[in-house]
Amino acid sequence: MKKRKERIDRGIKVRSEDIFALTSWREMLYLSAPRLIPAIVFLVLPLVLEPYWQRVLLSVAIFALLAISWDILAQSGMVSLGQALFFGVGAYCSGIMNHYFGISPFFAIPAAAIAGGVICTVLLLPVLRLRGVYFAMVTLIIPLMIERVIEATKIFGGTEGISGLSVIPSKWLELYILMAALLAALFGFRRLMDSDYGLVLKGIKDNDRSVMNAGINIYWFKIEALFIASAVGAFAGAMMTHVYRFVGMPVFALDYSILPIAAVMVGGSGSFAGAVLGAFILVPLSEALRALGGLRIVFYGVFLVIFVVGLPEGIFHFISRKYQQFERWAEVEK
Amino acid sequence: MSERPLLEVKDLSKAFGGVQAVSRISFALQKGDLLGIIGPNGSGKTTTVNLITGFVKASGGKVLFKGEDITSWAPYRIVRLGIARTFQMVKPFYQLPAFKNMIIPLYSPRVKALAGGKYGDRNAVALDLLEEVGFERDAQVAYKVASVLPQGYLKRLELAKAIALQPEIMILDELFSGLSLAEVASIVPIIEKLLFEGKTIIMIEHRLKELFRIATRVIVLNYGQKIADGSAKEVMESDEVKKAYLGSED
Amino acid sequence: MLLGTIVYAIINSVILILMSIGFNLTFGISGISNFAYGAFYILAAFVTWMLLNLLGFPYVLSILISIVFTAVIGALMYRFVLMRVRGQVLSEVIATFGIGLAILEFFRYLGFVGVEYALPVFIDESFMIGNVYVDMQRILIVLSSIVLVILLWLFVHYTSLGLAFRGIAQDERTALTFGMDSDRIATLSVSLGAGLAAIAATVIIPLGTISVSQGYDVLINALAVSIIGGLGSTGGVIVASLLVGFAQRFTDTYIGSHWTMIVSLLALLIVLVIKPSGLYGKQKELEERI
Repeated sequence: MKKRKERIDRGIKVRSEDIFALTSWREMLYLSAPRLIPAIVFLVLPLVLEPYWQRVLLSVAIFALLAISWDILAQSGMVSLGQALFFGVGAYCSGIMNHYFGISPFFAIPAAAIAGGVICTVLLLPVLRLRGVYFAMVTLIIPLMIERVIEATKIFGGTEGISGLSVIPSKWLELYILMAALLAALFGFRRLMDSDYGLVLKGIKDNDRSVMNAGINIYWFKIEALFIASAVGAFAGAMMTHVYRFVGMPVFALDYSILPIAAVMVGGSGSFAGAVLGAFILVPLSEALRALGGLRIVFYGVFLVIFVVGLPEGIFHFISRKYQQFERWAEVEK
Repeated sequence: MSERPLLEVKDLSKAFGGVQAVSRISFALQKGDLLGIIGPNGSGKTTTVNLITGFVKASGGKVLFKGEDITSWAPYRIVRLGIARTFQMVKPFYQLPAFKNMIIPLYSPRVKALAGGKYGDRNAVALDLLEEVGFERDAQVAYKVASVLPQGYLKRLELAKAIALQPEIMILDELFSGLSLAEVASIVPIIEKLLFEGKTIIMIEHRLKELFRIATRVIVLNYGQKIADGSAKEVMESDEVKKAYLGSED
Repeated sequence: MLLGTIVYAIINSVILILMSIGFNLTFGISGISNFAYGAFYILAAFVTWMLLNLLGFPYVLSILISIVFTAVIGALMYRFVLMRVRGQVLSEVIATFGIGLAILEFFRYLGFVGVEYALPVFIDESFMIGNVYVDMQRILIVLSSIVLVILLWLFVHYTSLGLAFRGIAQDERTALTFGMDSDRIATLSVSLGAGLAAIAATVIIPLGTISVSQGYDVLINALAVSIIGGLGSTGGVIVASLLVGFAQRFTDTYIGSHWTMIVSLLALLIVLVIKPSGLYGKQKELEERI
């Protein structure tokens, strides 16, 4: 007797796609829990953690934003191997504005996010028309080249970087701004991608000829997606600059390009929740592994490979499936 | 009446490296025509359509829409002008339900402009359009995911996507291919209705019997060149055409 | 001064060509992403070093074993990793990049950093060209480069295996219907690419020391040259290398060595603006993409 695994949507999931007819507190809880839990966690964590782990939480938030930025591009069909570009440009923009022009972080950070978005989008415009592979290659090498250019020409502080930048007045403010930004990004972009606008973007990834055939200028949409993603990345960079009161060459380092991708690979692309989940897993893990020194990066590499090859859908989708469906073994009918 | 033709194709040519896929094709289309483009496989029919709709850059010649030269325009601009096409190989967004597949054409700036600057309820319009092409509303076929729909429905979906753009000219690339006689018979009235509403249609087809019943004019391509142009009857009596089609009857 | 600059510019260009042909073979010609390329380069160098210094093998033997070893690692990487994600470019890139990262950082972790990690030159002599002083190693680099490029060109255009490499990139399905075992050919392509990286390392590393960061540099250079010259075009790689090599060298002599990287970056950006698919790129925007 042959058996097969049967997956059936839970009743509430089937209904919640269409009509909202909730019949019990249990059902309401089922639906709201996945949304409330992250919100509560993000808002409460800063209060319960000790200072060292608060720092880690900061890092998590920053990498989560970078991961979300990556996922936006990935869902639109653009694969970025250089989140560090957005991050670094944002970081330097804010650092420069603060150091050379004395602008306060409250203005510098948002300004850097926008400026970073504009600069990166303009920089990458030429490759948007080409096969995805070019976008990937160019985003990979430009930050690395910039790193070396800064090292060689010593502009903007060269290898020393720019230090002594203004700080955000309160430690709590830092953390909660990031938490708020993270929540806003997570839920906001989720809504965006679920909307018809997001559908167009996903369509561009799936079959761009078909979208073009609908009279839609796909390049303009790609530009918009790129701007949004790079602005988010730039924001993360700008925040980092003022949290650490320093910006230097390392902001263009590979770490900032790879870790977000690893986070999304682990957590799962397509839902932003996966990106955040991945960051929540990888960043503390990497902190815990700090003792291993250089071996850490070796782990990333191996980890990355295992997840990309073994669990391509990512953890979030795996969990989501279990939550939304129940599985059972059924007989194969003759 | 000597009105200016809606669409004029003049000496259109395309060479892919050494291969001359399309060679100096010319024809003119009046409003309300249903033009059939027929010819053996590889004769350049789809390439001609790709040239007209901007998906392929022409090596020579011109395409004029209402007198305006659209030869080197990008596809999205041409669509916005009012020329919509379907693809021979239908590739819907498989994981989405049929009506969600309609959202993207309904998101087109052309639709927005024609509706006076607002989009309206895309979901409702999608369902209406699908019903018009034969997606039975009571069976809720429109809600089914594209991957489970048979070819007949997918072809109709493709047609609906083109209709959604409210075009003046519709170019249908082998709409009937892969369909049973009954399915074709059920789609023909939809096309006739489109004609009645004032649309101009070009159809590339291999199913000659069905095409000839509705086409007002037919041109025949062979090896990238136009070898006949006239009414269905004239074309089928031409010696050149018989030679080209030798051995391939439908 | 001018003669010296030109001579060293040629050598610089040739080094770039040598570094890039393996990458171009796998990625440009066969369409398989191998972002562990830089790691293979350094891997070969370290293996040679270990055989030479830890096991006392003769230099030539060490080199040969190292080249074969690297090629085998390349094949294994395809078999165990790439094969499972074949066709999904993103996964290919990330997976190979992960492997490359792991390899390079592993060496860094083991402490393989320092001046003692160097390979000896083959023949310790020098020549005079005009009034310019050129060492034998660099001459060897130029010669081996020329030989390899010619061999590669002949291979890709005239042998059935070479044509097969191009076939699987252009249309895998058709290649399969011709009875080509796509996986076997891909394995060979990655393997050969890795081997070429090893050969390049063998001749170039003796000029300096083996440094882990050079692994990343090699990848950057290979990518930059491939973008500027156009993916898949051996001619493009040569022309791009010449351009970049000359630009770098002349900048170094006449403006200042700090600026050489900027020159590469500028060259890249200019190419992107004028002809994004590269000088000899066969990409034609939309037409090609469908």
